[in-house]
Amino acid sequence: MATTLRFVLCGSVDDGKSTLIGRILYDCRQVFTDQMQRVEEDSHRYGTQGGAPDLALLMDGLQDERRQGITIDVAYRGFRTPRRRFIVADAPGHEQYTRNMATGASTADAAVVMVDARKGILPQTARHTRIVAMFGVRHIVLAVNKMDLVAWDRGTFESIDAAYRTVAEEVGLAQVASFPVSALTGDNVTRRCAHTPWYREPGLLAHLEGLETEPPAARQPFRMPVQYVNRPNPDFRGYCGRIVAGDVLPGDRVRVTPAGTAAEVESIVVWQGTRDSATRGDSVTLTLKPDVAVSRGDVIVAAQDPLEAADQYRARLLWMGDEPLTVGRPYRLKLHTHEAGATVTRIRHRVDVEDGSELAATQLELNDLGVINLATNRPIPFAPFDESRELGGFILIDRATNATVGAGTITYSLMRAANVKWQDFDITGEVRADLKGQRARCLWLTGLSASGKSTVANLLERHLVSEGRHTYLLDGDNVRHGLNRDLGFTEADRVENIRRVAEVARLMVDAGLIVIVSFISPFQSERDFARSLFDKDEFMEIFVDASVETCARRDPKGLYTKAKRGEIRNFTGVDSPYERPERPDLRLDTEKLSPEECVELVIERLV
Amino acid sequence: MSTSAKAPSRYPDTHRAALESEAIEIIREGIAVAARPVMLHSIGKDSCVLLHLARKAFWPAPPPMPLLHVDTTWKFRDMIAFRDRMAAETEVRLIVHTNREGVDAGITPFTHGSDHYTQVMKTVALRQALDAGRYDMILVGARRDEEKSRAKERIFSLRNARHKWDPKAQRPELWHLYNTRLKDGESLRISPLSNWSEADVWRYIAAEAIPIVPLYRAAERPVVERDGQLIMVDDDRIPLAPGEVPTRCRVRFRTLGCYPLTAAVESDADTLDAIIAETLATDHSEREGRLIDHDSEASMERKKREGYF
Ligand SMILES: Nc1nc2c(ncn2[C@@H]2O[C@H](COP(=O)(O)OP(=O)(O)OP(=O)(O)O)[C@@H](O)[C@H]2O)c(=O)[nH]1
Ligand SMILES: [Mg+2]
Repeated sequence: MATTLRFVLCGSVDDGKSTLIGRILYDCRQVFTDQMQRVEEDSHRYGTQGGAPDLALLMDGLQDERRQGITIDVAYRGFRTPRRRFIVADAPGHEQYTRNMATGASTADAAVVMVDARKGILPQTARHTRIVAMFGVRHIVLAVNKMDLVAWDRGTFESIDAAYRTVAEEVGLAQVASFPVSALTGDNVTRRCAHTPWYREPGLLAHLEGLETEPPAARQPFRMPVQYVNRPNPDFRGYCGRIVAGDVLPGDRVRVTPAGTAAEVESIVVWQGTRDSATRGDSVTLTLKPDVAVSRGDVIVAAQDPLEAADQYRARLLWMGDEPLTVGRPYRLKLHTHEAGATVTRIRHRVDVEDGSELAATQLELNDLGVINLATNRPIPFAPFDESRELGGFILIDRATNATVGAGTITYSLMRAANVKWQDFDITGEVRADLKGQRARCLWLTGLSASGKSTVANLLERHLVSEGRHTYLLDGDNVRHGLNRDLGFTEADRVENIRRVAEVARLMVDAGLIVIVSFISPFQSERDFARSLFDKDEFMEIFVDASVETCARRDPKGLYTKAKRGEIRNFTGVDSPYERPERPDLRLDTEKLSPEECVELVIERLV
Repeated sequence: MSTSAKAPSRYPDTHRAALESEAIEIIREGIAVAARPVMLHSIGKDSCVLLHLARKAFWPAPPPMPLLHVDTTWKFRDMIAFRDRMAAETEVRLIVHTNREGVDAGITPFTHGSDHYTQVMKTVALRQALDAGRYDMILVGARRDEEKSRAKERIFSLRNARHKWDPKAQRPELWHLYNTRLKDGESLRISPLSNWSEADVWRYIAAEAIPIVPLYRAAERPVVERDGQLIMVDDDRIPLAPGEVPTRCRVRFRTLGCYPLTAAVESDADTLDAIIAETLATDHSEREGRLIDHDSEASMERKKREGYF
């Protein structure tokens, strides 16, 4: 018995995907009588086949989908034939919902690409083909559908087949099996078709039943990302995870990456006992000897086959965010069980979905595909996606909205962080701060221009110095003229400006200083990024709050007046937004408080 | 069309092992990042399987989250007895919540119609309990094969601060990478059994000898017929028409809920093997026995948008 086959149905809108899977379910007797009754009732209301049962309604389960007659989100359906089990993902064809198609494609072993015989290859057909290729789906089935509407014309089928093979070859998909079908009638899907004496292959479903998904893989080295550390009592510490490659036995030598610590597998713990071995796909709990430090996000690997760790990568990216991807903007990255801060440092090119050509780009828009350089804020153990879906596929999450905005696959690492091992210096930040008799901090003052940041920052530093503290003040003026001289005021430059300031502040905190940063820093995601560089108690986000009206009235440098006259562009509060801190550690209302009172509040928090 | 000819074929155990490993992975993934996790427990077969998987996932520790049961006061008596026995015998904490205002207002499935009753005693009650616990990661025993809107739902399904599901704004869910980032008040409903079928659940119960409520097995029980459905007379709160006498029939339940809203099926299947054979041979869906699903077109989707389980 073959393993369960997961496949995705893709292709352009209305090409017949939902109808095809509805037809397969119906012919395989996988539709319950009451479900079928409902489809028949619904077909009178929403059906597209003049009241005859519209089998697409078996899959299009959302109200809006039925009303509009299109698929919006992916539906998953398990079914079986006497020969095999399947899980099919019925993806939406509409470009607007490409991210939902990607969701369905990411877990598929095979893809059925549908093309309407009357329309031929459309941009969406090509886009979907590129996405399944990027996601490592190796088995492609081309279904030239609605052949009943072109009188089962052999020439039509053959020319679409040839055109499609050009696209598939270009993206590196060598194996394509093509079928002339009618999803509506099931011809060449679940049964031989009387109209295609020129086509002698078995039907599409029989082809899927016979697909070999997992070639008998050569023995792979053991890899298990750690999901969870299980410590019910001081005597037991187990590392829970699902094995993504190889197998493991008690006594095996392993390494915990990225730290590189060596240990031995003591036992493989499962429910009410232990096991003699475990293999790819198993969820287990390992105990190690000696009991070295392991946390979520580490990967336990075979000692003789260590896993690379890196913090800079070349990757392919499908952009799924409503806002475009901006170089330099901090995102959250999730790669196996590891979460880290990440930025795209360069967009090497955008891919033209139709012909695959490489286009210069400074942004990636919704549904764009591109090749990028990516940097993470710490080294992460990984494998190229081609070797391992589990260790090479990642998502990017927007820091402000929490939306999943990118799906990426790592091609290779740009710099082998594993080889540039961090020096373990004897002198730590804590030692340096101790010597100065203080705790190092980053006090991040954010607020509109003229809200009072500089005034508070100055007074605060004077106060700290008078108490014998060691400080440094970073503000727009001393940074813009030197370190960031090369940056302008475009969105990308402003993001980079803040990134550099945050990194400098981090170094200074590591030097043991109390660093006061006074920057408008209008975006929450930038401030969150800055926070992510520091330990929990080291960073304080201080919101210097005054309304735009007040600030414009104060206008000590006359900037608001100029901005309103259009002489300055992208001025925060006038023609560029300021995102108020969602949860500042401290808010200073400078409309009510004097600068001295503000400083007092900060000092109170510091002790 | 009838599907009664479906051949019960033998599938290798690797299928069951894969489903189990996947479910455990999902449970651990949710718990690893949870601040306040909880597992909803309906006392049904799926909930029992889910609990069993959670115990496996964290062994030798007990599952690190409480169970939450929303008690409508109209559950089968056998269910409540089973629940209390389980709570006494296992190491998990059980939280039971009932919408007291609903009880005080006299809301019953007989007097108020299943729609309004479900809204007050289940949906609102669940929201009350979730608000009280401020749970962020909520494990549920839902399967995609249950119903057409559920087939569209993510494994980690986002709910807003008012527990509403927005089917048009689901997060993409790539590979096994789940985005668990939440804003204040938001939560995730996590369905480790998403890819299981009804037959998978039964085979797993048999293979692992998981205790289940006796109502799933056929026995002689007192029933009355209402709109073509067999309703069990579980206590004397059910209004009988003058002269109406419950008849004794050999029945069992494919799904369990509130007894006035859960139809029995005539059956002789009193062993797990017989139940599995019947499940494979049936030509009606499991949900047919749930009266609330029929109330209106797309009623499940609407209920879920409102925060229903
Ligand atoms: N004549 C004919 N019509 C078909 C065939 N397959 C599908 N259709 C019709 O084409 C229309 C679109 O079919 P769907 O199955 O909804 O298309 P889809 O690819 O799922 O569309 P999206 O999911 O929205 O991208 C419906 O009216 C179908 O009845 C076919 O083989 N022959
Ligand atoms: Mg469709």
